[in-house]
Amino acid sequence: MEAVAIPPFETFYAEHRSEVLGLLRRKLGRDRADDAFQETFLRALRAYERLEHGEHLRAWVLTIASRVAIDVHRRAKPTAELPELTHDDARPAYEDLGELTDGLPPKERAAVVLRYGYDLTYDQIAAVLDSSPDAARQAASTGVRRLRKETSA
Amino acid sequence: MSIPVDLDRRFRDAAAHSGMLDAAYDVVDSPLGPLLVASGNHGILRISFDPDVEQHVEWLSHVAGRSVLRAPRQVEPLRRELDEYFEGRRHAFDLSVDLRGVTPFTERVLRELALIPFGQTATYAELATRAGNPKAARAVGMTMNRNRIPIVLPCHRVIGANGSLVGYAGGLERKVALLTLEGVLL
Repeated sequence: MEAVAIPPFETFYAEHRSEVLGLLRRKLGRDRADDAFQETFLRALRAYERLEHGEHLRAWVLTIASRVAIDVHRRAKPTAELPELTHDDARPAYEDLGELTDGLPPKERAAVVLRYGYDLTYDQIAAVLDSSPDAARQAASTGVRRLRKETSA
Repeated sequence: MSIPVDLDRRFRDAAAHSGMLDAAYDVVDSPLGPLLVASGNHGILRISFDPDVEQHVEWLSHVAGRSVLRAPRQVEPLRRELDEYFEGRRHAFDLSVDLRGVTPFTERVLRELALIPFGQTATYAELATRAGNPKAARAVGMTMNRNRIPIVLPCHRVIGANGSLVGYAGGLERKVALLTLEGVLL
């Protein structure tokens, strides 16, 4: 099967910017959505040259946006509980593995779903988590270990 | 749904500022009509009289890398130099040009071309001689025709041996306008 070509960043940005903004406004409100919007596409840009194929770019950028929204919440309320990840159409990455990974911490859950649900590389996942490829690999493997423990218990 | 213009511009500025773009472009006004201008981390990549953006974005992504974005802030220095040139306040460009991907012969010709001063002309044969191959006048003509960076690399200053203007990829009327601006033609 031929790999889906990766579009120029301009095309990718033009195609997804309004949906990303919509998602961020729902999660954060208008004021805080603006900064999160920039952060989302800067993270995507940082990882863009390392992408290996053009599949699931929508899921990828929406997941980055969801992660950025969580980071904004965390910065705003450093001691509060992390917001629960919800299922909605804007987070398609969680559809397949959603139920299975429901109990995982957000970072591990994102890493597991993107790695095994969408077959993204650790470089791409690192952009989503705003961390290194090593940390992304670590999060995925910790998540899988935790799932094994839960399902065998 | 489109996004607010302000927000869009803020992201494009931030992307330019980040240094992560392989190429930035914009469409700017000039006395010769809209110009597409593009530059990367190694200099000017493209100036075109044809503002068909999509085709240029594909080309830039192919030549420079896929992180291509319309980012006016990053091409601002180029826009400013072009403005000054068209206003007659600038006779030479300071920005470097990125000639990646061209053949060694083309590069030699373009380096020689860049040395023809404002307000002067050379013939195709003279330029071929300066580039080390006196018999290559036709190939020089082809190189002028395919020049990616017109105006800055002044292919409008190259004319026929009998003084005729011969041709210009951007349209002969633009060659006339540029040579008039430079005082070569009245």
